[in-house]
Amino acid sequence: MATYTLISSNVLTTTTASVTFSSIPSTYTDLVVRYAARSSGGSQTDRLQLRINGLSTTIYSDTVLYANGGGGAILSTRGSNAAQLPAPRFGVNGNTTTSNTFSSGEIYIPSYTASQNKPVSAISFTEDVANGTEAYQSVGAGLIRETGAITSIGLTLLTGPDFVSGCSFYLYGISNA
Amino acid sequence: MATTYEKIATTTLGTAAADITFTSIPATYTDLRVVFVGTLVSNNYNLYWNLNGDTSSIYSRTNISGNGSAAASNRASNEAYWLNTSPGGISSTIPSMTTLDLFSYAGSTFKTGLIEFTADYNGSGVTARYVCLYRSTSAITSIKISSDVNLNTGTTATLYGILKA
Repeated sequence: MATYTLISSNVLTTTTASVTFSSIPSTYTDLVVRYAARSSGGSQTDRLQLRINGLSTTIYSDTVLYANGGGGAILSTRGSNAAQLPAPRFGVNGNTTTSNTFSSGEIYIPSYTASQNKPVSAISFTEDVANGTEAYQSVGAGLIRETGAITSIGLTLLTGPDFVSGCSFYLYGISNA
Repeated sequence: MATTYEKIATTTLGTAAADITFTSIPATYTDLRVVFVGTLVSNNYNLYWNLNGDTSSIYSRTNISGNGSAAASNRASNEAYWLNTSPGGISSTIPSMTTLDLFSYAGSTFKTGLIEFTADYNGSGVTARYVCLYRSTSAITSIKISSDVNLNTGTTATLYGILKA
């Protein structure tokens, strides 16, 4: 079995409110989501939200480190007992940012079939948030308090309501078999 | 086409153990990556990384971290290991993830690494990145991961080789 395999991809040709990777096989060890995204709303910044297995209970939390590149402080914040994983924060360009600018990010979920809570690592780059004056970079540690295997990953926006055409989402499986 | 990203070895602990060590690492890749997911038998201890069984004081690191309320940056020089989880620590019950990217590990220059520590515990925890230097010109043939206490049952570490050729 190949070690690093594309499981599924979704490149949007129309505005779309949510992207879901479903029927994720249990044959890999880790999962990686990579995306380039932009919101139809949200002003300067919108935020990618993740849920697994359709679960909207308060099982998600995260700890985030971020900076805006404008000479300000590097900050850290936290979310607990959330109904979705807001990782990484500031992850998506909003509709007032420079046209054709998309945020990039990666979400790494190790041991996604193990019967334990799931740690999540995330990183995002949000360029040109304020038309040349700001950009955001963030790294995040997430936790999903769910012991069942992950079989689906759903992605939405905090404000949105839509991902714009041209957004791309890729799900990879990494195998240590 | 050569495989670019390949598993070299993996270990899942069936019982608690003092360390996970990858030995006899071949020099055939360009970079190495370790993915460590697990817990310790006691709360809030550090994780140590040693290369080639070397405990001489030629390791250093600079890190940036966030604990949910503040960001911080620290440095340590002339240490006997690379350390992660400072500040904070690894839980005994909630798994966290640490990755090590070790670049040009088979070359004859000093070795640079990037450690990423991901540990959210729903109300506490830390996210951190460490840039690391190991002042040895020897090729890396072994990597040891240990702590002040045993690594817990179920802890997993996988070593991958990344090839540019």
